[in-house]
Amino acid sequence: MPDPVTEQEPLWRDEFSISRANERYVSRRQLAKFLTLGSIGMFAGNLWILGKSWLRKAPVYHRSPVAQVGEIPVGGVKLFQYPKSGEQCIMIRTAEDSYVAYSQKCTHLSCAVFYSRENDRLECPCHQGYFSVKDGSVLQGPPTRPLPRVVLDRSGDQLIAVKMEPEV
Amino acid sequence: MAQYSSSRNIPHQRRGLTAIDAITALIVILLVIQIWLLSATLDTFLAGHTETALPGAIVSGVLCAACFAMYGFVRRVDRDSRHDR
Repeated sequence: MPDPVTEQEPLWRDEFSISRANERYVSRRQLAKFLTLGSIGMFAGNLWILGKSWLRKAPVYHRSPVAQVGEIPVGGVKLFQYPKSGEQCIMIRTAEDSYVAYSQKCTHLSCAVFYSRENDRLECPCHQGYFSVKDGSVLQGPPTRPLPRVVLDRSGDQLIAVKMEPEV
Repeated sequence: MAQYSSSRNIPHQRRGLTAIDAITALIVILLVIQIWLLSATLDTFLAGHTETALPGAIVSGVLCAACFAMYGFVRRVDRDSRHDR
């Protein structure tokens, strides 16, 4: 029944039509509205990433001694924390005079990777993501990004962590 | 006097429904592109590259505006089709 003042149909009649044909219209319109709201959500997500990237500060790395040269055998590993405590990293002695170190967090879902000496690669036990020991690149599995590398510097008999690449 | 929908209006209603279906399909396509864009931007951001954040947000905003425009079109077609009967 029209509103006696405005002489317009009430809004509820437009939204909740009793006509079967109109019901089909309403469901399509509601689907379109839902999809548009989803689109707004995606845009909000992109804006959030933009805000995070603008507010991101360049991390400050400190030099931190990791191990003594020769402390671990060839093919051996040592776990350490860098750049902060709780940020677990893994150092591997790949040859007599070659050391590499990476973040131990898998770039897929943050499980701890371990060094497989038989296969000479870093392996994630959760979803079988494999990483190259040479550069941390992804060899197989769901991860899409390489492991962040810890840059090591040799100072006398000490191996010192200098920074992370890429910066995290 | 009661209003009855006449059979001569049915083709017009069907055209309205077809137009709404087509626009909804287009909105779905844009939304899928936006989902892909968000995941790609997030992936590069987590990899330490922040230079993709601004282009990603701009493109996503354009796609969102297009979705809004199409939703407005859906509302208009919907209203016209139902009020014509």
